[in-house]
Amino acid sequence: MSADKNRAAPAAPVTFQPKPPRGPDASGRVFTARHAMGARVKGEALVANDGFSARYDLDRIAGIFSRPAHKLAGQSYVGRVLVLDTAKGGVASAWMLHEMRSRGKVPLALVFNSVNPILAQGAALGDITMLAGFDEDVTAAIPSGSEVEIDPEAKTLRVL
Amino acid sequence: MRLNDEEKAILAGELGEVPRIALAHQLKVGEFFGAEDFVPVTQAHIMADTESLGEAGVQWLEGLAAATDGSGKVRIPTITDPRGTDFSKAKQLRQADWMLALERRAIDAFVKLGVAMTDTCINYQTVLAATRGEHVAFGDTGVVIYSNSVCGARSNFEGGPSALSAGITGRTPRYGYHLDGHRQATLRVRVDWTPDTLNDWGALGGVIGRLAGNYWAVPVIEGIDRPPGSDELKHFGAAMASFGSIALFHIVGITPEASRLSDVGGDKLDAHRVGRDQVKALQQSYAVDKEVDVVVFSAPQLSLYELRALADLCDGRAFKRPLLAVTSPQVKPDADRFGYTARIESAGGTVFAGMCFYQSYAREIADANGWKRLATNSAKMVNILGGYGYVPMLASMEQCVEAAETGRLE
Repeated sequence: MSADKNRAAPAAPVTFQPKPPRGPDASGRVFTARHAMGARVKGEALVANDGFSARYDLDRIAGIFSRPAHKLAGQSYVGRVLVLDTAKGGVASAWMLHEMRSRGKVPLALVFNSVNPILAQGAALGDITMLAGFDEDVTAAIPSGSEVEIDPEAKTLRVL
Repeated sequence: MRLNDEEKAILAGELGEVPRIALAHQLKVGEFFGAEDFVPVTQAHIMADTESLGEAGVQWLEGLAAATDGSGKVRIPTITDPRGTDFSKAKQLRQADWMLALERRAIDAFVKLGVAMTDTCINYQTVLAATRGEHVAFGDTGVVIYSNSVCGARSNFEGGPSALSAGITGRTPRYGYHLDGHRQATLRVRVDWTPDTLNDWGALGGVIGRLAGNYWAVPVIEGIDRPPGSDELKHFGAAMASFGSIALFHIVGITPEASRLSDVGGDKLDAHRVGRDQVKALQQSYAVDKEVDVVVFSAPQLSLYELRALADLCDGRAFKRPLLAVTSPQVKPDADRFGYTARIESAGGTVFAGMCFYQSYAREIADANGWKRLATNSAKMVNILGGYGYVPMLASMEQCVEAAETGRLE
């Protein structure tokens, strides 16, 4: 098997080509991932060029990003399509996504430039839609607040 | 994924319901990453503190343990990461009864599943170090990065559900660091200085972790001028994994897969320079307050020799602030036997076993005890605790012990 096939993202350091980004011109754009799982969903994108760890970054009871240094600090992730750069930190997220699902305080979907196995394991157990591995930086290309539709079977995210 | 006859039988439920659930979970993850098949593993290590598990996770474990067809048993040596408490000292931490009740339920389920409750994140120092080329399914990022990098074993980060699944099926999807291609370096780092304290090693790991930045990056480090000890590499790797989600590093001339730079393809990469200034800058970024409410040595658990060093520093002191030192259940009896525990505790500190500070409902115990400003020599812990509402400060073991005595970090 080729190395590329298994990587959820190109090897670091990653240089992304800047794309025309935010604003209404992203409407209708379709982003194709290399890796996908879960059910088809539609919702509001919450976007930042930052990492993600359920343990390090979240107040999972309040349903908000709680780490002061996180670019989404203070914002609610519940029911939104989280578009972030990469998975950070430890292994706890594998359980935490499952537990967050049981309390209904869970993102609608996780869309990352790259993920680590923990996030994939957590999404699998927590039954959360996930896309990862893109040819451009999705955190720069998808406007925060936009309505997006994810089709894991086609491995696509469409900005509506 | 390509399944062999045994795996097809497992998936068809012929070996029982629990292996079927476990393999189905592994298959979902393996297919996400494009694994072609499964690889047999010899050991599993499960991260499963109850703060992460929650009620939902504990119920999931209880469901597996309750299987009436006898299939709910691990089939390879399967051990656990630190628990959320040291039951003998839970009152001192002001942990609530519900936390302990949930913890007991999780432990009961694991025991029924045949899991050995080792409760440690330093199993490579205390239980059964993996060997070069050995495929394992380890949880705890510090365990994985040490086992991959220093021991030369092969593991991805296996979160709790996947590590337990591996324990039950005896295999894991073959992707990531089980494959030769992924173990080549992707980031070359040249350092001009070799740290000599544990927090400096941790901070250097943090700087390199931030630079590398994602799970698929493999740093190769040049310029380390002596073989670091196990505790030094423990802090270095744990911080790198915490700051960067890194699972494998090489140090040229020291770690087993990188006798030469070219062994891991580092000669084809441009070198990034990392100096003492960047390490100091990371440490300074955590030096935000002089006052300290609590001093903690944990993350990873302390080895016998870290406890000895701590005991040496505690002699003749009387602490004004709580000093908590956390070790494994394997090390604690020796620390007791050798008098280290008594020396630390006679100064007013406490030695805990089988837990980890940040896995012990850190937010709730901070509120219950009035702890906010926390001093530690663990770079991994300062990285984690910001998210729990602490003001974490990184300093040497000596400075931390002085802070416990004076209430101030100078």
